[in-house]
Amino acid sequence: MENFEPEIVAFCCHYCAYTAADMAGSKRIAYPPNVKIIRVPCTGKVDAIHIMKAFEKGADGVYVAGCLEGDCHFKNGNTRAKYRVEQVQKYLTDLGWEKDRVAMINMSAGMGEFFASTALEFTQNIKQLGPSPIKHFNTDGHQTAVS
Amino acid sequence: MITAEQKPLKEIIEYISPYDRILLVGCNECVTVCAAGGRKEVGLLASALNLHSLKQGRTIDIKEITLERQCDPEYVEELVSEIDRADAILSMACGCGVQTIAERYKEKPVFPAVNTKFMGASQSQGIWVERCQGCGDCLLGITGGICPVARCSKHLLNGPCGGTSDGKCEIAPDVDCAWCLIWERLKALGMEKRYEEIMEAKDFRPAGGGGPRKIIREDLSL
Repeated sequence: MENFEPEIVAFCCHYCAYTAADMAGSKRIAYPPNVKIIRVPCTGKVDAIHIMKAFEKGADGVYVAGCLEGDCHFKNGNTRAKYRVEQVQKYLTDLGWEKDRVAMINMSAGMGEFFASTALEFTQNIKQLGPSPIKHFNTDGHQTAVS
Repeated sequence: MITAEQKPLKEIIEYISPYDRILLVGCNECVTVCAAGGRKEVGLLASALNLHSLKQGRTIDIKEITLERQCDPEYVEELVSEIDRADAILSMACGCGVQTIAERYKEKPVFPAVNTKFMGASQSQGIWVERCQGCGDCLLGITGGICPVARCSKHLLNGPCGGTSDGKCEIAPDVDCAWCLIWERLKALGMEKRYEEIMEAKDFRPAGGGGPRKIIREDLSL
């Protein structure tokens, strides 16, 4: 468990979190390489099925990073994303998983430091929770990594 | 449309736990509109069941199919090519769909994945409300387009009961009194006279009191 390096998928909105990640990079602020970013045009595009598929493929944690509340580039995509994250949390709870393996995070494009600190905090939280309950036995019979 | 809600995962898992190959069948009609059993919900449920089985250390083979209409034999026929590869069928359609499949594929166990609720209308996004009980003898022409059978908690036909208060029903403060709505509507239409007409006791045989109902259209029958 000590050497456990979680695989984390971050669905990042093009207009905020993805740009914030870019800014973190420009400012040379390090964040854990465990976080694999998927750029989306808006977090409203992220459906519950995308999050579930990430878990199915072996992710230990997933977060959706969208614009600050009330600041969505497409008006209310981040609010929709929040509800979908809650929907997945309910599914995970019903399945006996920890609901904290999935989270909704809000930030603006200028929050490079916050992006990095959030990535670090989420990674630490997932390390505490341990590997995904299906880590040792995946759909193809192998331990899979998300990459 | 017919509204439905997904059953608790625990119950669904109990149904399918003895089987390794599941045919998960959604429906493109009502349950898609009320987001209970369409293609998207089929994908989500399949994913959840996969996660559950992997956690248990086993794999199950879930084949996802969403039919155009599960309550129509010609669409249910499309499952023929898949049925042999399944140990059990899990249906996300309303009770009509589940029964159409059960009738056609007698050799396979069929389980419902949703609870069928009521005939409802969409009030706003994500909210559905009961508007019709299929009583078989529509009164809406007399009651200003508001149904006392479906919307009055007591199904009263001649005005409100003593439980009405400020336009709300005594059962809950967020339930409108159907008869208050009817009165306001008739008033707005200048049809108050309608309210004074006494309705006779309703014949509930067409509402299902006479046993399972059936429609036969000879002009359409083959």
